[in-house]
Amino acid sequence: MLRNSLLFILILGLAAIMFSVFMDYTPKEKLGPVAEHYAKHGKDEVGAANLVTAVVVTYRGLDTLGEVSILFLSAAIIGFFLKVRHNGNEEDPKIKRYSEILGTGAKLLVPIIVLLGVYVFINGHLTPGGGFQGGAIIASAFVLMLIALPRPKINHKVLSIVESMSGLSYVIIGLLGVLLGLGFLDNQILSLGTFGTILSAGTVPIIYILVGLKVGTELTGIIVNLKEIQNEE
Amino acid sequence: MIWILISVVLGVVMIAMAVIAIHNKKVTLSILSAGGVSLIASILYLLLAAPDVALTEAAIGSGLTTFIFFYALNKIKKYKHVEE
Repeated sequence: MLRNSLLFILILGLAAIMFSVFMDYTPKEKLGPVAEHYAKHGKDEVGAANLVTAVVVTYRGLDTLGEVSILFLSAAIIGFFLKVRHNGNEEDPKIKRYSEILGTGAKLLVPIIVLLGVYVFINGHLTPGGGFQGGAIIASAFVLMLIALPRPKINHKVLSIVESMSGLSYVIIGLLGVLLGLGFLDNQILSLGTFGTILSAGTVPIIYILVGLKVGTELTGIIVNLKEIQNEE
Repeated sequence: MIWILISVVLGVVMIAMAVIAIHNKKVTLSILSAGGVSLIASILYLLLAAPDVALTEAAIGSGLTTFIFFYALNKIKKYKHVEE
């Protein structure tokens, strides 16, 4: 009882603090100095039609590289702790039963979802979305395949090769900017192209394709690892 | 006006789902309603003009996380049977 009333008082106090913050809120009339710079010069400096992408990949490119490496680290830790034993008795009759409707639907939908994911990350510099979103969509297509089909063949080697090659190429593109004297992860090592076309914004589309492949294979790898330990002791 | 109304309704449903996710005794239902919270959150992000975040939330929050929870739950149940 005492504990509950203490909690209630705590919540009331929090509500009072939040209420005063809420009452003081006035919407900003104009952008802050950094945001104003991005909004004014982003088109000329980066050339990406999607300003969010310009900020994420170029102005804050180092943060994106950090995020990608954090995701890589977590995928590696999961792969390390879920030691999958590849023993011979994979002919488990239990997992052969699967819904016919789900299987047929998945066979139809998986290529379309993968295509959507690829579209999202290839057009990351033009339309909303980008590498992370496209990669997550591709991974969800693979999840659908894993739950719907009786025994999908997913090659671990292909996954890890694609993942490490795309991560490596991302860092190499970043270092190329240093070698050419423009700065780490600068996107102008390729020409900016025509604003709004698919081959524009310098290296942004290439980086987003690499990030998309990397995120997609990493998330798929996590799910595949989790799936493969399901039939163990 | 209509969008504010839709947002408020979605927010109320979202809070109800969050309460279900915390207080329900059935873990399966809790996981599903946690996924539902993410789904509604992604719709709200879209209404607040953040389609990038909405895409991520829909794919990771309500898709992948739910499946990871289910795989983990399955694993925990198996261990319980072994102990009994």
